[in-house]
Amino acid sequence: MKIAIASGKGGTGKTTLSTNLASYLAEKQDVVLIDLDVEEPNSGLFIHNDGVVQSHPVTIEDKFKMVPEWIEDKCTFCGICQKVCNFHAVIQLGKMIMVFPELCHGCYACSELCPTDALPMIPKKMGELKHIKTGQLNFVESRLLIGEEQAVPLISQTHKYIDEHFDAETIKIFDSPPGTSCPVIEATKDADFVILITEPTPFGFHDLKLAVETMKELKKKFGVVVNRYGIGNDDVVDYCEKENVPLLAKVPNDRRITELYSKGKLVYKEVPEMGKELDKIIAYLSTLKDGGLA
Amino acid sequence: MRIVFTTKGTSWESAMDPRFGRTEYFLIYDEGKDKLLHYDNRDSANDAHGAGPKTAQKLFEFSPDILITGNGPGGNATTVLEKTGVIILVGAGDMTAKEAYNAYKNGEL
Repeated sequence: MKIAIASGKGGTGKTTLSTNLASYLAEKQDVVLIDLDVEEPNSGLFIHNDGVVQSHPVTIEDKFKMVPEWIEDKCTFCGICQKVCNFHAVIQLGKMIMVFPELCHGCYACSELCPTDALPMIPKKMGELKHIKTGQLNFVESRLLIGEEQAVPLISQTHKYIDEHFDAETIKIFDSPPGTSCPVIEATKDADFVILITEPTPFGFHDLKLAVETMKELKKKFGVVVNRYGIGNDDVVDYCEKENVPLLAKVPNDRRITELYSKGKLVYKEVPEMGKELDKIIAYLSTLKDGGLA
Repeated sequence: MRIVFTTKGTSWESAMDPRFGRTEYFLIYDEGKDKLLHYDNRDSANDAHGAGPKTAQKLFEFSPDILITGNGPGGNATTVLEKTGVIILVGAGDMTAKEAYNAYKNGEL
């Protein structure tokens, strides 16, 4: 089963929930936690630091995207490549073609439509995937190289790695990027269920509504977790009731949670209230049809 | 000298646009012929990515000697502009095009 943890607003607790839920479930069964926030992955900070069991690296591999490379001798300067590129990653300056690999989406249009094969596609390293195992918890994170702008290809290749290395029954928890743009779509599009985590503030409420609209558009099953419950106002809770969005759990606003987070520690081990909220989420997930938690 | 300004309008009285890649217009002034032309770049607002290199490519077609703008082009646009050999003068974002031209003439940019 694939569970994606997403939010509209950043900083609402995606990583806190992902790492705690994954580690909690892994006390009883095989779980894989995947950090898909490839621009700034941080779930690993909580997995390394809580090593009661020694963690072992399983895999570290380079990930590549395909970008065009200009071969001057073959070029007739017809300008087709520049015209077909939607992202201005190929620019013609008189008798010169410039390629901007960071802007390239790897669509192959310039390369395929070049009449003289002057723009063959070559691999360019965009990031790294790391896979470690600690007890029954597998942890996979992908990290973009500094300067790389395209998160989607790396997220897509990380999904592929997960599908190739874990069977359908294994519980997979995807820590997604914030927002509602392309990387979030890529991170959540294959999920069986999406948990949207927010805080009960005007900002949290505003961005939650965007995230809910996005999940409806993707035709996803989803529910909401309110984090730092007790601050702000009741707008988020009222909205969920009115829109019939399942409210899975309310994590209390508690200074101890913030302190544990700041030390890179898991919360549920020291704050029993967190464990209770995780139990509520797990109970809800267990009720889902087609491949809910066993 | 051919001088290009990034502007929000089409005349000497127009405010400068401090942005390069997403500037609304270029004003192109040919000092030798004392002629002022403009180019409408407003469709750059629709570009999610790569507005800088695209605008730099457009600029290349005007073969200017000097570019006067506000904040200065970003990394990708600069890579293109370096190939064109244009001299880039920044810091004119709060002026009109006329004021920017006078500031250039007085060596203030």
